[in-house]
Amino acid sequence: MAVFFEKVLEIAQRYWPLFWAGTKVTLLISLTGTVIGLAIGLLVGSVRAVKVEPRDSMGVRIGKHLVHALTSIYIEVFRGTPMIVQSVFLFYLLKPVFNWKPVTAGIFVVSVNTGAYMAEIIRAGIQSVDPGQTEAARSIGMTSMQTMFLVVLPQAIKNSFPAIGNEFVVNIKDSSVLSAIAVTDLYFQSIGVAGSVFLFTQTMTVTASIYLVLTFTTTRILGFIEKRMGRPRSSFPASQTVPGNPTF
Amino acid sequence: MENIIEIRGLRKHFDQLEVLNDIRFSVAPGEVICLIGASGSGKSTLLRCINLLETPDAGEIIVHGRDILQGKMDVNQYRTKVGMVFQSFNLFGNMDVLKNCMVGQTHVLRRGREEARQKALFFLEKVGMKDFLGASPAQLSGGQKQRVAIARALCMDPEVLLFDEPTSALDPEMVGGVLEVMKDLAKDGLTMIVVTHEMGFARDVSTRVVFMDKGVIAEEGPPETIFQNPQNPRTREFLSRYIQA
Repeated sequence: MAVFFEKVLEIAQRYWPLFWAGTKVTLLISLTGTVIGLAIGLLVGSVRAVKVEPRDSMGVRIGKHLVHALTSIYIEVFRGTPMIVQSVFLFYLLKPVFNWKPVTAGIFVVSVNTGAYMAEIIRAGIQSVDPGQTEAARSIGMTSMQTMFLVVLPQAIKNSFPAIGNEFVVNIKDSSVLSAIAVTDLYFQSIGVAGSVFLFTQTMTVTASIYLVLTFTTTRILGFIEKRMGRPRSSFPASQTVPGNPTF
Repeated sequence: MENIIEIRGLRKHFDQLEVLNDIRFSVAPGEVICLIGASGSGKSTLLRCINLLETPDAGEIIVHGRDILQGKMDVNQYRTKVGMVFQSFNLFGNMDVLKNCMVGQTHVLRRGREEARQKALFFLEKVGMKDFLGASPAQLSGGQKQRVAIARALCMDPEVLLFDEPTSALDPEMVGGVLEVMKDLAKDGLTMIVVTHEMGFARDVSTRVVFMDKGVIAEEGPPETIFQNPQNPRTREFLSRYIQA
């Protein structure tokens, strides 16, 4: 047992520049991928929350149905196939067009994949906002766009923040599949190390520990942000707001 | 005086259910109209048709001489003139009390921030909520939320204010405060249409009471007539239930 951990430490000490380089790539891909994915999700999710209204003209109706169909296909395809397959497929499909490096392709794949999940998270978040607030916004003359951006989306994002953060944690781990297109992330570097020392279990102990530190830290930071978001800016004694104590 | 709103032949159905059947109804400036009637009689639907939250199937809604159901009409512009206060308050949960009253002014009416702020403060003071500018809706009691909602609607300077059972979701001890605010507004000459089960308010404050039954206006008239000498047997039956209770 002691010998095992000695080896683990030895590998970590000898190869830390490689592990560190891989960690940076993993963080870069998962962070950018999540941010871009969130942007895609906000766009697609809010478009999907738009309902066909009785006052819509024929053209608007057809347009809305078309957009709904296209976004459905996007979401179903990217949630219904493995990211490892998506990465290989898209990397080689678009290589002649963009002539891109694996890292760029990796960020692209993670973004588009996350976008599909985020779209559904955001749509659920939008539906969690009381429709009465939408009616109230419309009743003071807001357009549907204003209602969405001023009233609904801010609350939808807040309500779905835990799920959004979870996507980031998932991406830290799942970006490891990008080694299939030779992205030099933490997992790819680790396999290289393991191959050269020929000690797979010991090397993966180092790798797993790094992933665990990353995800654990991220979860804590997200939890902290979540707590802060829920806090009202001013406070009042219950005696002023509880029924039975009318203030005038 | 010329009517602000005139409704003719209004019809609305939800699937098989005929909710409004050939409604004829008008609103003159300064009137305080109370819509009363049993649940499901179409009061709220009529109110919601007036600011187009529901789209009527047929009929005319003539506002200042123009049918708003015909041709191209800027619905959003129209809605700023017709305020609405909801049973469930519907304050914007992501904004504090002051912001709730400012957002429509700054983003829809394009007023400057300072002007919007002054107006919001004025109406929040009027409804007795000036001490709660920074409160989030979640921190307020039902009665307080409703008073903020009334201030929010007033900030848009509406010509008509619609109330959809404004006190039905409130604890009994909160009802009085909201009704006081509404009474004040009536005294100031604001044109109001109020769907309500508060018969005391209808009797004391309204200038006209409209009794609805099964999607039609069964009887309307000044409150004294409706409450003391109702002509329609269904009105009599409806009111007797309230007097017994």
